[in-house]
Amino acid sequence: MSLWTTFKRIARYGFVGFVRNGFVSLSAILMMTIMSFMLVNIMISNAAMTATLQDLTNKVDVTVYFRTDATQDQVEQIQKSLQALPEVASIAYMSREQALADFRERHKNDQLTIQALDELGTNPLGASIEVRAKQTSQYEGIAKYLQAQQDSQAGAGAAIDKVNFYQNKTAIDRLTKIIDTSEKNGIAKTVFLAICALLIVLNTIRLAIYTARDEIGVMNLVGAGRWYVRGPFMVAGVLYGIVSSVVVLILLYPILLYHPVLIGLDPTTELLFGSFNSFAYFTGNFLLFFGVLMSTSIALGALSSYLAVRRYLNS
Amino acid sequence: MIFFDKVTKTYFEGSSAAVSDITLGVEPGEFVSIVGHSGAGKTTLLKMLFAEVIPTEGAVFFGSREVGKLSNAELLKLRRNIGTIFQDYRLLSTKNVYENIAFALEVAGRSDEDIAGDVPHVLDLVGLSDKIWSFPHELSGGEQQRVAIARAIVNQPDVLIADEPTGNLDPINTHDIVGILKKINDLGTTILLTTHNKSVVDSIGRRVVTMDQGRIVRDDKDGKYSL
Repeated sequence: MSLWTTFKRIARYGFVGFVRNGFVSLSAILMMTIMSFMLVNIMISNAAMTATLQDLTNKVDVTVYFRTDATQDQVEQIQKSLQALPEVASIAYMSREQALADFRERHKNDQLTIQALDELGTNPLGASIEVRAKQTSQYEGIAKYLQAQQDSQAGAGAAIDKVNFYQNKTAIDRLTKIIDTSEKNGIAKTVFLAICALLIVLNTIRLAIYTARDEIGVMNLVGAGRWYVRGPFMVAGVLYGIVSSVVVLILLYPILLYHPVLIGLDPTTELLFGSFNSFAYFTGNFLLFFGVLMSTSIALGALSSYLAVRRYLNS
Repeated sequence: MIFFDKVTKTYFEGSSAAVSDITLGVEPGEFVSIVGHSGAGKTTLLKMLFAEVIPTEGAVFFGSREVGKLSNAELLKLRRNIGTIFQDYRLLSTKNVYENIAFALEVAGRSDEDIAGDVPHVLDLVGLSDKIWSFPHELSGGEQQRVAIARAIVNQPDVLIADEPTGNLDPINTHDIVGILKKINDLGTTILLTTHNKSVVDSIGRRVVTMDQGRIVRDDKDGKYSL
């Protein structure tokens, strides 16, 4: 018998078994659907957390304000020394003139302030450099470095008027802790839910195959090889995975658009996250969701069937 | 053809043997009825032939091959050459009559064309042509047993093992099943039958092996049921 004929027969029996054991298939699909929604919840929550933390992280920086009498050389020297630090991701220089122009623009409706500024006759604002670190935990090191420069009052350090990090320190420390904790919690939650989902699906499929244990015995007795017995059950397992993934991918459109709370995504959290929109994230990353859901469900369906049948084949 | 060489089977250490020191030979084309009370060891003896039960001592030979020493692939081949029917029919409940019989042909590697030709033929032999697309739960006990017989003989096995095939049937269906078994034996298939039914054994009128407490106590060429 050719391999193709065997494959065709296994696939046909798998499909026929899937249809004829409608109730059993339905319960397996339901379980896998719930598991897939859990997976989606984890994916979207992680993405939301990452996006939000990225947003917040971008809002944190260390700013060095220079004295008004700082020379261009001194500023450039500090700028270069900062660029040389491995922790620094980027720096943004703002000249005295730009700072003044920004100030005027910000207070254009405040005549009193503008008048006071005009009466001064000179530019009271110094140049500044906004420094962004690669990781939030590195801000303290950068600030300390700048502080040391300022304290030494030697060379370019004498031009530094103020380093504003310490005003933000509490916020930055807290954010660093939040990032660490949420990353650890995220991994723990993912692992825990994945194990739960795996056990639930495995047991559902085991129960489904338990009902067919006598038939597996008969197939052995008639002289069917292991793969000929196991194959149709694995095909049915793959079908559970495909159908549940398609159901989830279709249902996600209305759920994420109107009722994200149905899959455990709290809309108030989304409001808090501000810039993150789960529906836009889902549609923008549809292929990622399709790939992850299909591959996870198919692998889980086939593996669960394989393990469940193995038990009765061995006996 | 079949030879049980001093076989003993003990299921649990310390328990009494289900089958004890049995030596029995069966020639090709024989129809052997094995009778005895429940627990006499009839089913255990038959299961040793297709290695569903492995003897604790002794050996079982099918032709020149020792069953216990066959590889997995050889064992599958052997099982395709032994038809089996049971008291509880053991049909595949999610497959219809055609598919149940076709399954035995498929595992033997037969082509779809052969299967499409052979299944209606064997169903005709057991008188169930009109039930070809029915599922097991739509059939009576007698009809299910006839499907099981059709599945057992469709590969034209050398041996047919019938373990209490009439145990769940009324007298009319019992008579029909015995008639079919005799017909199959007349076509050259060796049959090993276990039963409690006196009238079945007496109506066959062939070799009768009587077992008691795991041992053979009588072996009559043209025997009658006597316990």
